[in-house]
Amino acid sequence: MDAMAGRKPAVVWALNISVVFLTLLWLFPTLGLFVSSFRTSEQITASGWWSSMFPAEQTLQLRALDPDDNRIETSAGIFVVEGSAFEQGLEAVEIDSWGTSSRALDAYSAGDVADLGDGETFTLNADGTYIWQGDDDQISGRAQRFFFTATIPPDFTLSNYDQVLLDEQNSEGMAKAFFNTLTVVIPATIIPILIAAFAAYALAWMEFPGRALLVATVVGLLVVPLQLALIPLLTFHVGAMELLTSVMGTVDEDSKLTSVNWFGNWFGMSEGEKIAGKGYFGAWLAHTGFGLPLAIYLLRNYMVGLPRDIIENARVDGATEFQIFTKIILPLSFPALASFAIFQFLWTWNDLLVALVFLIDSSGNTTVMTKQIVELLGTRGGDWEILATSAFVSIAVPLLVFFMMQKYLVRGLLAGSVK
Amino acid sequence: MHPAVLGLITIVIGVGGCIGYFYGANVFLDKVLFPASGPKAGRNINRANMIRPWIFLGPAILALGLYLAYPVVATFILSFQERLPGNARAFVGFENYSKMFAEPKFAEAMFNNVLWLTVVPAAATSFGLLAAQLTDRLSWGNISKSIIFMPMAISFVGAAVIFKLVYEARPEDVAQIGILNHLYLLAGGAEPQQWLTIPLWNSFFLMAVLIWIQTGFAMVILSAALRGIPEETIEAAIIDGANPFQIFFKIKVPQIMGTIVVVWTTITIATLKVFDIVFAMTNGQWETQVLANYMYDKLFVAQDWGMGSASAMIIMLLVTPILVWNVYNARKEMR
Repeated sequence: MDAMAGRKPAVVWALNISVVFLTLLWLFPTLGLFVSSFRTSEQITASGWWSSMFPAEQTLQLRALDPDDNRIETSAGIFVVEGSAFEQGLEAVEIDSWGTSSRALDAYSAGDVADLGDGETFTLNADGTYIWQGDDDQISGRAQRFFFTATIPPDFTLSNYDQVLLDEQNSEGMAKAFFNTLTVVIPATIIPILIAAFAAYALAWMEFPGRALLVATVVGLLVVPLQLALIPLLTFHVGAMELLTSVMGTVDEDSKLTSVNWFGNWFGMSEGEKIAGKGYFGAWLAHTGFGLPLAIYLLRNYMVGLPRDIIENARVDGATEFQIFTKIILPLSFPALASFAIFQFLWTWNDLLVALVFLIDSSGNTTVMTKQIVELLGTRGGDWEILATSAFVSIAVPLLVFFMMQKYLVRGLLAGSVK
Repeated sequence: MHPAVLGLITIVIGVGGCIGYFYGANVFLDKVLFPASGPKAGRNINRANMIRPWIFLGPAILALGLYLAYPVVATFILSFQERLPGNARAFVGFENYSKMFAEPKFAEAMFNNVLWLTVVPAAATSFGLLAAQLTDRLSWGNISKSIIFMPMAISFVGAAVIFKLVYEARPEDVAQIGILNHLYLLAGGAEPQQWLTIPLWNSFFLMAVLIWIQTGFAMVILSAALRGIPEETIEAAIIDGANPFQIFFKIKVPQIMGTIVVVWTTITIATLKVFDIVFAMTNGQWETQVLANYMYDKLFVAQDWGMGSASAMIIMLLVTPILVWNVYNARKEMR
């Protein structure tokens, strides 16, 4: 009966292959970042991340130690330089074959003695040690070049995460930004849910004039671009902060605190502090305001679908509206509450614009991860180990939430879009 | 105070305050203002029930009004004003708009936005529909869906970093670490390309990021819609000898047209507001400017509130048809 998947094996194959292709296409970009975050900067620049997952045949070019400093006279007129290919910071690997010219990379196998003419010889062993032998004239000047091909096993490291998250100097600022992001996200997720739940209940189950108009307004506000709110609200926040600080002490023309009273002290303000309209409070309120239309819309749609009997029976039994709401509606609406919570969490965690405008001041103490990453893109654009790791730290939490709560996310999307 | 402590306190105050407000207001209404006892009990209950909705709605109306409705009006007014030294403003009529229309950067942003609005919703919806249809009957379809849906959870900034790595170009004689250039060279390309600096093409490379993110959304919704199609219509078509393509385009797609339109408009709105991707990847250089980033530039880099507000109004203007259509549909449903 299924026409697309058909019964013909060829069609089934074509279908499977195209889905594999599509899936890999969508997975590959993220996978690249993920893999890169476990590689050192040398590894990242030496080869593409896709080749890092397999043992790689790699040809390395090295030089013997400087003969003028390191040669030893073993017998009259015979000089020797001994060393190891892996003493210059390379990881030791088994050497299969080697050569002394770039035109014959695998002329010799490990342990062979290469005759360089006039009695000069070079030997490279499987463990990387080499012996370069010749007379006074031959073992001087530029050191002998040699090439070898080795199979390098996949090698991953956690050092990038160490540097990004645990570094004492906190040079990338990601650890602090991580906690700042959390500080923004948690209240910005909980507060709108609370406010929206009450409003949605009123819009779904209470009779009052203007209800239809309010629902229509909420639907309209769903699509109002956030961009419009930036300047008016920033001005409003500055004004509100000035009003608030005027309660805490005296403020001069440049909005600096010249004296602080007991209330300001309690609030942790100090003299000379500049009042800015930016801070966590503003960011929380902004996220609340911008998240509310979707919250009310989703929750109202869900609550309207709850069985009328339950609510009316409760009313007949003498329950107050407040009791109906907290004891019946809220527990029943859990799936809708969960799906909005996930939306709001993802949106606030991933947000850049609101943080830029309402939160991050010139001190940079309240920077969030998204802003930090943009900064890294500008200042350390080529340092992929830092960039990839920082980006992955910020992506990891939403991905975790996504995979754990996917069911609710899908439900929420369906409730929000398909009417 | 440590921000985490401050955050914790605020959660407690904010959440406690909210609960306290709703609980307190209800108790006050039922016990003090209009008690449901005594000689006027009946009338009091009615009165209380008339007021209660507004108690429940109060904070929401306040927040919506202050954070969404008021700014629309305020931005509209600001777009006709000029900022003078000392926080004063002067009315300048349409000067902000005419200055803006004369700017080449604005024309570029408009052109790119139109391009984005044409390409992104169409591509994301088509890919989503394709993915939904293909994965529908596969045994491992859910894994595939999860992976295509996953970019939804990734921030625009994170996606920008991810795709910068994809587009990375290295000099010709060293190993390529960006997969696009690697493939390009494998396919016979002459030399590695700096993809994000090639005008016009680079806009498409930026759009790819948004398409990558939005396809999962389209797929999830369209997949649900496809499953909602009555089996009989498909069976009838098979019996009548329709081939798979005819079934898909002539039977399935027309039946889910309504959902396709909803998905399309939702992605259109997301596209209109796109800011982070351009901001993080090119910041509007190499002719990739879009309206939202242009506006941010005007507001916070050039500090020109008038022109910034004017460009915000352009975005609002572009959203308005969708807004009206949504409200119209919602009202139709309520009746």
